[in-house]
Amino acid sequence: MSLDDLYREVILDHYRNPRRRGSLEHPDAHAEGQNPLCGDEISLDVALDGDRVADVRILGRGCSISQASASMMAEAVAGKTLAEIADLTHRFKAMMEIEEGEAGIDEGRPGAALGDLEALRGVRRFPVRIKCADLPWATLAEALSGLPASGAAG
Amino acid sequence: MSDLSRLRGDFPILSREVNGYPLVYLDSAATTQKPVQVLAAMDDFYRRHYANVHRGAYTLAEEATQLYEDARARVAAFIHAASPGEVVFTRGTTSAINTVAYGWGLHRLRPGDRVLLTTMEHHANVVPWQLVARHTGAELVYLPMDAGYQVDITALGGVLDERVKVVGITGMSNVLGTLPPVAEVAAAARQVGAITVVDAAQMAPHLPIDVQALGADFLAFSAHKMLGPTGIGALWGRPDRLESMEPAEGGGEMIRDVDLHTSTWADVPQKFEAGTPPIAEAIGFGAAVDYLSAIGMQEVRSHGDALAAYALARLAEVPGLTVYGPPGAAKRGAVISFTLADIHPHDLATILDQQGVAIRAGHHCARPLHRALNLTATARASFYVYNTRDDADRLITALGEARRLFGVP
Repeated sequence: MSLDDLYREVILDHYRNPRRRGSLEHPDAHAEGQNPLCGDEISLDVALDGDRVADVRILGRGCSISQASASMMAEAVAGKTLAEIADLTHRFKAMMEIEEGEAGIDEGRPGAALGDLEALRGVRRFPVRIKCADLPWATLAEALSGLPASGAAG
Repeated sequence: MSDLSRLRGDFPILSREVNGYPLVYLDSAATTQKPVQVLAAMDDFYRRHYANVHRGAYTLAEEATQLYEDARARVAAFIHAASPGEVVFTRGTTSAINTVAYGWGLHRLRPGDRVLLTTMEHHANVVPWQLVARHTGAELVYLPMDAGYQVDITALGGVLDERVKVVGITGMSNVLGTLPPVAEVAAAARQVGAITVVDAAQMAPHLPIDVQALGADFLAFSAHKMLGPTGIGALWGRPDRLESMEPAEGGGEMIRDVDLHTSTWADVPQKFEAGTPPIAEAIGFGAAVDYLSAIGMQEVRSHGDALAAYALARLAEVPGLTVYGPPGAAKRGAVISFTLADIHPHDLATILDQQGVAIRAGHHCARPLHRALNLTATARASFYVYNTRDDADRLITALGEARRLFGVP
């Protein structure tokens, strides 16, 4: 595992040019996440249209892994249904070996594509940094957990 | 510069590899590595002399007590205490400061009283006072930092008055390496009747200390930051202060007599050592101060100054790198915090670790200081007796790789 595999260009791009940055005036769901060990912070707003995430905005500061993961996640979940997000969350956590069962994932299912998030695969070889990559996902799960029948809580 | 590299053979861990590189350990401000002499002293105690202390009229118990009290005497001599009885063994700096906060502050502070701290204190010299302030109604006030990363002593006149009962100050910042003028502050505190509590967690490993000349009332430090084991530290106190202080913990060992409803306390220092102490750790602590005394604390300081000067000069060559702390090695300890362009300190720590270089990243238990600097985190390289110029060179090389990975020009 080389550092070039960890700090892929796409990760540095999301770190330096975070997508969907900001906050929403009237979010349907909101959560804040912190990693007290290293001080990474995420503030996340979600706007819903039915059971679909119409918009998601993120503010935060921290290491390249946490902030890139947040940016990629925001891009990936915008426009998806809560069920699709639950599926994607599982895929991400399975890739990071936080959850079991990556081998069993059906690539043909909707919401399956990890896209840019694939670039974070290298993080799992750096156990102390997995928490950084997971912080935005845990924060998203917390935001959605208060919603009726979200199913996205990871 | 002084050459202590011959000592490196005493530290087995320094010969191991990490991620395919020879280890460069630059996190001694968090905790230091241990020489074989300390390991052997603890091992010998467990193998040949182990028993509980201060009880039992048999040979092993007497030997254990003798070794434990010998260690106390060595630690006392190390800081030039007038007698071993001025040194209380604690779990470390944090528990030593809590002993003062709860044993002295809780019983004496009143609403409107003030505890004066500096903005560069470690959480260990902040949070205990916040807790005690909550119980007593006292308030916390702070001495700010000046533009040179030094405690702003000119602000002392504005905040130090009769309302201040406790002054808490670090002997050496664990982030900036700053060496605050502790003796000057302690003298000013005495003028208004306040006690001075020195957090010497970084000071004791790096600087010669003479508590009788310092003029403070309490001084707290940890063994594990000065070649000793974890779980043991010391609280030195002026004898009259220790006499008049209440125990913060009750239990065995610390009593003279116990009745159903009341008890009387043992003499100082046992009064503050409730329960079976970490005996082997105390013995290891004694071996650690022996080791440092054999080098000589002036020599330890010179070595640190020379390494800091060299490392600061090399770091100044790295484009995009910012050092936080007093300029010039003479005014600071060998603890160097920095940031590099827009690379987050945690990314730096990972990148350096992959090249065998261990540094700390984060707020280093000093969030108020980082807020004052408008930073959430810094990277920190801290040097000790076993570090060399080669270690500083390896740090610089590893930072070069970080710049390449992040495309920092």
